[in-house]
Amino acid sequence: MVINQKKCVACGNCVAICPMGAIYVDLNANRAKINDDACVECGTCYRGMSTENLNPSMVRGIRKVAKFFRFRFEPEPDVCPTGSFEMNELEMPRLIRQIFSDPVVEHKSTGIKGRGTEEVKTNDVSRRVDIGEVGYTIEFGRPGVGVRFSDIQEMTHTLAKEGVTFESNNPITHLMTDKTTGDLRSDILNERILSAIVEIKTTIAEVERVLEIVEKVTERIDTVTAVGISTRCDDGEDNTLSPLLDKLGYYYSRAKTNMGLGRITNKITFTGAKAVAQ
Amino acid sequence: MTNTLHRYGSAESFCDDYIIFAIPSKGKNDEDCIPKLKQFLRICAKHNPCNMGNGNRSGIAPQKDLSPTAHWNRDNTPDWETVIEGVSKPGTVSAVFASEEQAKACLEEVIAADFGISVNMSTSVENARHVAAMCGIKRHSVEYALRFNDPHDHLPNSQVLELSTMCGHGMVSFNMARKMLDMVREGMRTPKQAVTTLLRLCPCGVYNPDRALRLLNEACKEQR
Repeated sequence: MVINQKKCVACGNCVAICPMGAIYVDLNANRAKINDDACVECGTCYRGMSTENLNPSMVRGIRKVAKFFRFRFEPEPDVCPTGSFEMNELEMPRLIRQIFSDPVVEHKSTGIKGRGTEEVKTNDVSRRVDIGEVGYTIEFGRPGVGVRFSDIQEMTHTLAKEGVTFESNNPITHLMTDKTTGDLRSDILNERILSAIVEIKTTIAEVERVLEIVEKVTERIDTVTAVGISTRCDDGEDNTLSPLLDKLGYYYSRAKTNMGLGRITNKITFTGAKAVAQ
Repeated sequence: MTNTLHRYGSAESFCDDYIIFAIPSKGKNDEDCIPKLKQFLRICAKHNPCNMGNGNRSGIAPQKDLSPTAHWNRDNTPDWETVIEGVSKPGTVSAVFASEEQAKACLEEVIAADFGISVNMSTSVENARHVAAMCGIKRHSVEYALRFNDPHDHLPNSQVLELSTMCGHGMVSFNMARKMLDMVREGMRTPKQAVTTLLRLCPCGVYNPDRALRLLNEACKEQR
């Protein structure tokens, strides 16, 4: 992302818009600038702000007069008056920032926009988390903190040592060079993104251990994590997972509930390498 | 993609937050799903949603050609038809309802339409359980949101968190939520104007303006 310095009038509206706090007004240059290391290429400034496309010289003149008379001009807070933001062409490894941070960019690996996967949202047809299993989505950097891949790797390394199964249809798993060790591609480790999700599954017996690992690793990395934990409702949700989470002292007021209305309708379905005619 | 799982708040604070979304599964039921997804949104639109989205656009989107008069005269009418017609690829489509009655009525009609596509409800555990029971369906799977692990104190106060986490992708920044709270408290914007500003920043259309309005009003009352 770049701010066209010829257009910017330093109104500062974009400073609050940026989820990463990566935009600041350079008082010497009297223009807004982007801290490239903090920017995760999420596109909120470019896409989320409305624009007026006013003449920059005119706006600067009005602002100078207003400043002299101590006027407080309060423009719409989501508007860039001169349309200064421009999206530049990105190449790897920086491109990975946009892929994981901009929700309208599609992951080629999963076909799903944003950083996510189908999780248990399609479990009624995918059987991703089956009877006797517990699924986990471990989110990093969310909300509003961001994360580097090196921190995610810290978690995947630790989880891999515990012998968990990483979900194959997950963007982070696609970036692993070795699923048995949890190694991620070395060229992306220093890249910062808005958030990412690691997906694993275990048996119910391993829930306490996995949640403990997530908490311990989070203490070692400079970000926030949030865990989603899933199970089949017909697998005794009320008898197994809920009581366990209660016992462990977790508060879980919110949930995503798959209503079980999905079914396989494609003429040919692909489950891994195997094609199954319906 | 919507990301509605980790909204911050107590179970009670989701009393006016029911998100229903449809998602096809790659390789399983994504063939010819576009007309079904559009029809799903048409059904949702009949039940007075407070927001809808197709993954790329919500009912109220940013505008790139405003005139300066927009500061006093901005069009804030939700455009559901553009959201519906904008479904061009298999993906998540969603609608947000502010009451159990609306969510139940919508879900009943979706069940009757029998699209064969996975349908989820994101709200409190008990809200979803209750709506499913009233509609006479057995829930298939559930994903609970556990608390945020924040050992380094990165996160802001609960009022800011409640407002910003309604965009699950984090497009509503903490600073923007804080700015809107301050502008409302200072009388620079009405709560409704502040909510509309926040709403535009969430491209997926899952931001709940009714809940945001209630939260802003509550936050301002606490201040006094």
